[in-house]
Amino acid sequence: MSTKPTTGNEQKTIFELSSTGRRGMRYPKCDVPETELPAGLVRDELPLPELSEADVVRHFTNLSELNYSLDNGFYPLGSCTMKYNPKIDEKLSRLDGFVNVHPLQPIETVQGSLLLMYELQGMLQRISGMDACTLTPAAGAHGEFSGVKTIVAWHQAQGHDKRKIMLIPDSAHGTNPATSAMSGLTVKPVPTDERGNIDLEKLSALCNDELAGIMITNPNTLGLFDEHIVEVNEMVHKAGGLVYGDGANMNALLGIAHPGDLGFDVMHFNLHKTFATPHGGGGPGSGPICAKAFLAEYIPGPVACVLEEETEELPPLYGLKMPEESMGQVRSFWGHFGVMIKAYVYILMLGEEGLRRVSEYATLNANYMMESLKKVYPLPFDRPCMHEFVLEGKLPNAPEVRALDIAKRLMDYKFHPPTNYFPLIVHEALMIEPTESESKQVLDEFVAAMLAIAKEAEETPQLLHDAPLTTPFGRMDEVKAAKDLILTA
Amino acid sequence: MKIESGLLYSQNDEWVRIEGDTATIGITDYAQSQLSDIVFAEVSIEEGDSVEAGDCIGTVESVKAASDIYTPVSGTVAAVNEAVADEPEIINKEAFGAAWFIKVTLDGAVDESELMDAAAYEKYCAEREH
Repeated sequence: MSTKPTTGNEQKTIFELSSTGRRGMRYPKCDVPETELPAGLVRDELPLPELSEADVVRHFTNLSELNYSLDNGFYPLGSCTMKYNPKIDEKLSRLDGFVNVHPLQPIETVQGSLLLMYELQGMLQRISGMDACTLTPAAGAHGEFSGVKTIVAWHQAQGHDKRKIMLIPDSAHGTNPATSAMSGLTVKPVPTDERGNIDLEKLSALCNDELAGIMITNPNTLGLFDEHIVEVNEMVHKAGGLVYGDGANMNALLGIAHPGDLGFDVMHFNLHKTFATPHGGGGPGSGPICAKAFLAEYIPGPVACVLEEETEELPPLYGLKMPEESMGQVRSFWGHFGVMIKAYVYILMLGEEGLRRVSEYATLNANYMMESLKKVYPLPFDRPCMHEFVLEGKLPNAPEVRALDIAKRLMDYKFHPPTNYFPLIVHEALMIEPTESESKQVLDEFVAAMLAIAKEAEETPQLLHDAPLTTPFGRMDEVKAAKDLILTA
Repeated sequence: MKIESGLLYSQNDEWVRIEGDTATIGITDYAQSQLSDIVFAEVSIEEGDSVEAGDCIGTVESVKAASDIYTPVSGTVAAVNEAVADEPEIINKEAFGAAWFIKVTLDGAVDESELMDAAAYEKYCAEREH
């Protein structure tokens, strides 16, 4: 038997670690009569791994150490709002009274949970400047789908049979056109002008009596606030369309601008982005939608409500109801309740003033980094940004180096790379979102790493092509991963 | 970056080669280089279909992005190149050659007002390199 030092990347699967006959626990002796299982239910083989408890604990502890999360360090993944997830949210969401309830319990026994949902709806309505809210959609894209179906349901109720076109700016998240297509609409792209706004002239040419609406992310995926947003929304309304708001970038607007006041009719929130609940492998999302009063009866349900008003003797009775013309139920039971608790706690902890400061600091941090980096990295749309910004990962003196190389090299500097190759209108996009969570010290460290990498790109470009060099696995073969999928064991 | 003379180019980075009443359509070398490694390609129409200029005829997908392909000319589809779906990597290697997508039998004169010649297309690509 030979022994060699390891390089750290020989992680075996739990199946490869299996050793016949090894076990982690012993069952007590059977104290009931044994019964044969029906023949069709008995398997010939059940290849479960056989390991001791220590084997299992070590295996998963070792794997967890390969993970990079917000609790390890800076995570400037643009568009994803990877802000710090306060631990008090976790603590309070695990209170017995929340954890040990069932959605089908009599409502009198879950008044606390229903009150929380009712109040969270009210908070989101106030933040969005809208009149109605449903918490049921399970994530952002699901919220989009629910919101666009709400628009479709409203048009149908008005007898607008011809209105089948949904306009989508070319900077939009891919989920926007997907949502519209899945809702039976025809998607037409709207170009972005040279300042990063929706091109008004092109928009005007697309507004006609076949328009169902427009889906707008504001600030958009370039991190820019559309300078003509009110004009855009008025133009669409005038043509008879409705305006959907993709709330992915709400972290820039809390307490500063109400989408409802800007002319949006229906929008979703990403509780897991804006309101600091774990996501991206850390937990499920939640995509509540808020709508103006005229759409209130069309949104998915059920929604939390007051069933019986407060009296002198009794508090109000909270319950759930389906909006009358609802487009339907989009999720089993009432949505991701655990995520709602965390968002509710986050909003209460910060309060009105605190939420506004979140957006102010998120915007300040992004502008500070943008100004620090734009001297070296090209900035295609050069004007003050909101909570994020998009650089071109293509350096004038390093023509062979691409955004992907820069992103991979950042891993060697122990940072999570920013989003790359999105939005599509910037060819070598590096989309950086620092969030409000980070100190100036962390921002400076990241800027220093980016500047060091720019220098490496000029002097030793091969280093970047080979990166990452310090991670358990090096550069992955993305072409092979996309083409040669092995989907069975 | 290669640009072939004698072809017409669209703003969406398709090329058209016109020979008699047949037009061959593909995506340009600039398009493939911007997409980087192409891992999937699909032609979504069939031989015999009639197409209008601006219709979507298929999709290419790379490790970076997915992109729709549009026909810049109108007519009847005379042939579909199976090779691009079978071996999408040929688009990276031979954008102007073996990796053509469809051939169209033209139903009249080509409207060239929306199309560019090689020199104009070269300029158009250079403008987009910030």
